[in-house]
Amino acid sequence: MSHVELSHITKTYPGVTALDDISFDVKDGEFFVLLGPTGAGKTTTLRVIAGLEKQDKGSVLFDGKAVDNFNPSDRDVALVFQQYSLYPTMSVYDNLAFPLRSPLRHTSAEEIRKKVEETAEILHISHLLKRKTAHLSGGEMQRVSIGRAIVRSPRVFLMDEPLSNLDAKLREALRIELQHLQKTQGSTTLFVTHDQIEALTMADRIAVLNQGRILQVGTPEDIYDRPATTFIAQLVGSPRINLYKARREDGTISINASEVHVPASHGNNLPADFLVGIRPENIKPDLKGEFSGRLVLTEPLGVETILHIQSGQSEFIGLVPGITTYRIGDAMKFNVAFEHVHYFGLNGDRLQS
Amino acid sequence: MAQFEETGPRTPVNEPTRVDKVHPRAKLGKSIRVILIVIMTFIMLFPVIVMVMTAFKTRVDIITPPPKVLFRPSLEGFLYLLTDRALLTPANLAAAQANPGSLSFWQKLALANGQQITGVSHYVARLKNSVIIAGSSTILSVILGLFAAYAFSRFKIAGKDDLLFFILSTRMLPGVVVTIPLFLLYKLLGWNDTYAGMIILYTVFNLSFSVWLLKGFIDEIPVEYEEAALVDGYTRLQAFFRIVLPQAVNGIAATTVFCLIFAWNEYAFALMLTSDNARTAPPSIATMLGSGGLEWSAIAAGSLGFLIPVVIVTFVLRDYLLRGVTFGAVRK
Amino acid sequence: MSTIELRQVEKKFGDLHAVKPLDLTIQDGEFVVLLGPSGCGKTTTLRMISGLEAVSGGTIWLDGRNVTWLHPSARDIAFVFQFYALYPHLTAWRNIAFPLQAQGESPENVKKRVNEVAKLLRIEHLLNARPGQLSGGDQQRVALARALVRRPAAYLMDEPLGALDADFRETMRSEIKRLHVLQHATTVYVTHDQIEAMAMGDRIVVMSEAAIQQIGTPAQVYYDPANLFVARFIGSPGMNLIAGKYADGIVQMAGLDNRYPVPLEWQSALKKGLDGGSEVIIGFRPEAAQINDQGKLIGKVYASEMQGSSAVLHLTINENDIFHIRTDRLISYPIDTLVHFDIDPQMVRFFNPKTEAAIKPEVAQ
Repeated sequence: MSHVELSHITKTYPGVTALDDISFDVKDGEFFVLLGPTGAGKTTTLRVIAGLEKQDKGSVLFDGKAVDNFNPSDRDVALVFQQYSLYPTMSVYDNLAFPLRSPLRHTSAEEIRKKVEETAEILHISHLLKRKTAHLSGGEMQRVSIGRAIVRSPRVFLMDEPLSNLDAKLREALRIELQHLQKTQGSTTLFVTHDQIEALTMADRIAVLNQGRILQVGTPEDIYDRPATTFIAQLVGSPRINLYKARREDGTISINASEVHVPASHGNNLPADFLVGIRPENIKPDLKGEFSGRLVLTEPLGVETILHIQSGQSEFIGLVPGITTYRIGDAMKFNVAFEHVHYFGLNGDRLQS
Repeated sequence: MAQFEETGPRTPVNEPTRVDKVHPRAKLGKSIRVILIVIMTFIMLFPVIVMVMTAFKTRVDIITPPPKVLFRPSLEGFLYLLTDRALLTPANLAAAQANPGSLSFWQKLALANGQQITGVSHYVARLKNSVIIAGSSTILSVILGLFAAYAFSRFKIAGKDDLLFFILSTRMLPGVVVTIPLFLLYKLLGWNDTYAGMIILYTVFNLSFSVWLLKGFIDEIPVEYEEAALVDGYTRLQAFFRIVLPQAVNGIAATTVFCLIFAWNEYAFALMLTSDNARTAPPSIATMLGSGGLEWSAIAAGSLGFLIPVVIVTFVLRDYLLRGVTFGAVRK
Repeated sequence: MSTIELRQVEKKFGDLHAVKPLDLTIQDGEFVVLLGPSGCGKTTTLRMISGLEAVSGGTIWLDGRNVTWLHPSARDIAFVFQFYALYPHLTAWRNIAFPLQAQGESPENVKKRVNEVAKLLRIEHLLNARPGQLSGGDQQRVALARALVRRPAAYLMDEPLGALDADFRETMRSEIKRLHVLQHATTVYVTHDQIEAMAMGDRIVVMSEAAIQQIGTPAQVYYDPANLFVARFIGSPGMNLIAGKYADGIVQMAGLDNRYPVPLEWQSALKKGLDGGSEVIIGFRPEAAQINDQGKLIGKVYASEMQGSSAVLHLTINENDIFHIRTDRLISYPIDTLVHFDIDPQMVRFFNPKTEAAIKPEVAQ
C-alpha cells in the first residue's frame, strides 16, 4: 500500500480550468474521500492520478517518488468506474482474472485461480463465477467491479462514484461492506462522490472540491462541525443547514426577517452584518419554546421528522425524533441551540465567534 | 443484503405493449397489415420470382408468348451458362444416341439439342474472378477501415472532423463520373485487366463507407473498457484485440456484408476496366449470347447463381447484422 | 374528483409475471408512493395506469370511468419521466406550452398558464433557455412545469429525482411536497428510495417481486411493518432482524450467547403467532436500542458510520447477521470491540420466520 501525494496539480482544457492548483495527500491505508458536486473536477483528479490524463502543472507522488512519467499500466493503481467496467463478452471469472492475465505480470494459471477464488469469497460472489456479466443485477455487477480492483492488490484504489448507480438500499449495504473491507485489508483508497452521506460515513478524511479547487481538508467531524465556508456547510449535513443573514446591534444578534434573536454575548467579535448557519438538529420544536412560527411542511423520515417552520419571513428547518403528530398549518414554538451555531462573513468564509 | 438485489435483468420486450397496440381490436388491424405486407412483398419480389422461373425454363418456353406460369423445369439454362458446346455431326449424333448409358446427365441434356459438351465455359473463370476480387477487397477494406476507425474514434487527430468529412464526401460522387479518368490512369499504370487493379479499386471505394460505419460502432464502445485495461497493465494494442474487437463484432459483420454486396455486384467499373483476364461475373452474365440472340435462360441462371452466395452470407450473419444495424441505442 | 382504482390489475410478459394481480384505490388529492427495489413491478404498474403499458388482466378506473383500454392521451393524466423527456430543440417556454397548444388552447390562455406555473416552480428566468443549457435540476423543474401546466386529473411520476445530485434531490423533494400541499392533486409517485417515500407520501405502497407487501401511512409502515421485507426496506438503515428460538419467555439468539427476555405483553401473542413452532425473529429499529454497559445483549463491532450529528454502529452476533444501532457520535468503537445494549420494550417487534409475516400484538384489555 502507498502514500499518495498531489502537489500543485493544475489541468486545463480549452476554455475551462478543470483543476486549479490542487494539493493534498492520502496516508498509507487511509480511506480518503473527494467530495464535491458534479463538475467539480473529482473524476479528472482520479484520472490524473491513474495516468489516464496528463496534468499541465504539478506532480503526483507515490511514497515520495514522482510518477508523472509512468504509464497507467506502470503505476500499479486500480480504478473502479461508475459504470462500464465489466467486459460484457466475458464471464465473471474471466473479468476477475483479466487484470492478472496482463502480459506485465507473469502469473501462472494456478495462481490466478487462487486469487480469483479468494477475491470472490471476500465479496460473496463465488456463486456467480461462471455467469456472463450481462446476466447480473446492478449490485452484483458493482461487487464484481470492486473485485477486479482488489484482485491485483494494487498500491492504491481509485473509486469513481461506484455506488451512484445503485438503488438506495443497495448503496447502504455496500457502503458498510466497503468500509469493513477497507479497514480489514488496510488498503489506501481514494473515493470520489457527490453524496455527502457516503463521504461522512466512510471517510477517514475528506477533501471538499468545487470548480477545480480544494476548499477544505479534514476528518468528517472537522468538515461537519467546522465547515470553512457556507458552501461546505450547505454541502454536508442532511437536511441542509439553515442559513440566514443576521445583524448585530444593541447587544443582540437577530436573524433578519424573523423574531429569532440571541444575546450578543455569543458573538462579540462579529461584524455588524454576517451570516448565521443553524443545523436542523439545533432547531428544537418545544411547547415552551422561545420563538414561534407556523408549520408549513413535514417530512416524516421514520427515525426523525423534518419540520419546516415559517417564522416571520424566514423558514426554519428543524428536526424532531420519530414520526411527529404535528400537522401542516399548526402553530409552533421552538428553541435554538445557540452554542452550536455557525457564523460566516457575507463572503461565505467562516468567522470565529 | 441479498434481499434488495434486483430480481435479475428483465427479459427485454421487443414489441411495444402500449394500450392501443395490444387492444383486442388491434389484432384485426394487425392481420390486415400483415396481409398488406405480404402483397407488397410479392410485388417487390416479382422480378426475382420471374428470374428464378426463367432460370429453369427451356428456350422454347421462354420465347413463346404468353409467358408460362406452369412449365416443365429444365436445367438447360445452367448448361448454357457453364459449358461450351459444339454441334455434333450427324454421324456422331447417331453414335451418341445409340449409346445412352455412357453419357452423363449433362451430356444427355446437350444431346437433346444435338450438341456435345466441349468444355467449361469462360463464365466459370469469371465467377472465380468475382470471388477473388470481391473477397479480397472486402477483407482489405474492413481491416484497414477498422484500424482507421479506431484511430478516428480514440485519438486526437489534427483536423479530424475535416478528414472525416473528406472521406464521407467521396461517397457523394457517382462512380461513373470517374470511369474515364480511371481508365486512362489504369492504362498508364498497366493495371488494366489485372486482379490487383480491381482489388485496389474496390477497396478504395469501400474504405470510406467502412471507416464511417465502423467508427460509429466503435464510438459506441465505452472508452472506460480500454482505460481499465490500460490501468491493469495492457498495452493499447492488446486492449484493442482483447476488448474492442470482441465488442465490435456486430459492426464488423454489418460492414463486411455491405462492402461485400457492393464489390460483388459492381458492374460499371468491371465492364470498363477489365476485358478478359480479370473480368468478373456481372458484365459476363449480361452479355451471354446464344444461337438466337441473348440466351435468356443462361442469363437468368447466372443471375440466380450469382445472387445465392450473397444471400447465404447475409443469412448466416443475420443476427449480427440486426444488432449492428440498430446501433445507436440510447445511453444515459 | 379524481380517484384512481386498480382492480385485480396484473401484467405478464410471456410467462414472466411482472405485476401480480393487485387492488389499489387512490383517493382524490392523495399522494401515493409506489416503493420498491428495481424490478419489483412499481414502474410497470405506473405505466399501466398511464396506458403506456396494456394490462394483461384486471381493470383500471379513473373517476369511476373504465379507462383500461383508453389511449394515454385520453386519460387526462400527466407523466413525469426520470430523464425529463424534454424536447431538446424547443426552449423551456415552448416545452411547457406544448401540452396546452396540443389541446388547442388560446394563445393568451397558454401564456397565462405557462407564466403561472413558471412562477410556482421559480424558473421564470430560464424560460428562454434550451434544455441542453440547463442543469439536471432545472431540467426536471421544467419537466414538472410541463406536467403541471395542464392541470390534469392525476400526476404520474416515475422516479423524477433519480437522475439528480444528492443534495438537489432533497430540495426538489420538499418542493414537490410543497406543490402537493398547495394544489392537492392526486399523485402517484414511483421510487426505489424509501426516504423519498416516507417524506412525501400520504400512503406508501411497498412492493417486491411483483406483489404488494403492505399499504400504509409512513407511520404504519415504519412502526408496524407487515412482514420482513417491509421491516428491512423502510428506514435507513432498515429494521434489525435477528433470528432465535423462543421458549418460556426468552428468545435464545444464535451466536454470542444472547438471551432476550420477551416483554410480558408480547408473550401470549408470540405463543399464538408462532403456532407451536419455536423459531422467531426479533425486530427493532436502530434508534430502539440503547448502548449500556449493563445491557443484556452483546454484539461485536463490524463497522461504524458517522452521519453528521449522530452515528450508526454496525454490530454482528454471528456470521450472517449485521444489525445497526444509533449512537452518540462522540464515542468511537474500533472494529471487533464487544458492545452491550438493550432494546426498548415499546419498540420491539416479532416476526414468524416461516411466513415472514409480523406477529400481531394482543390488543390491550
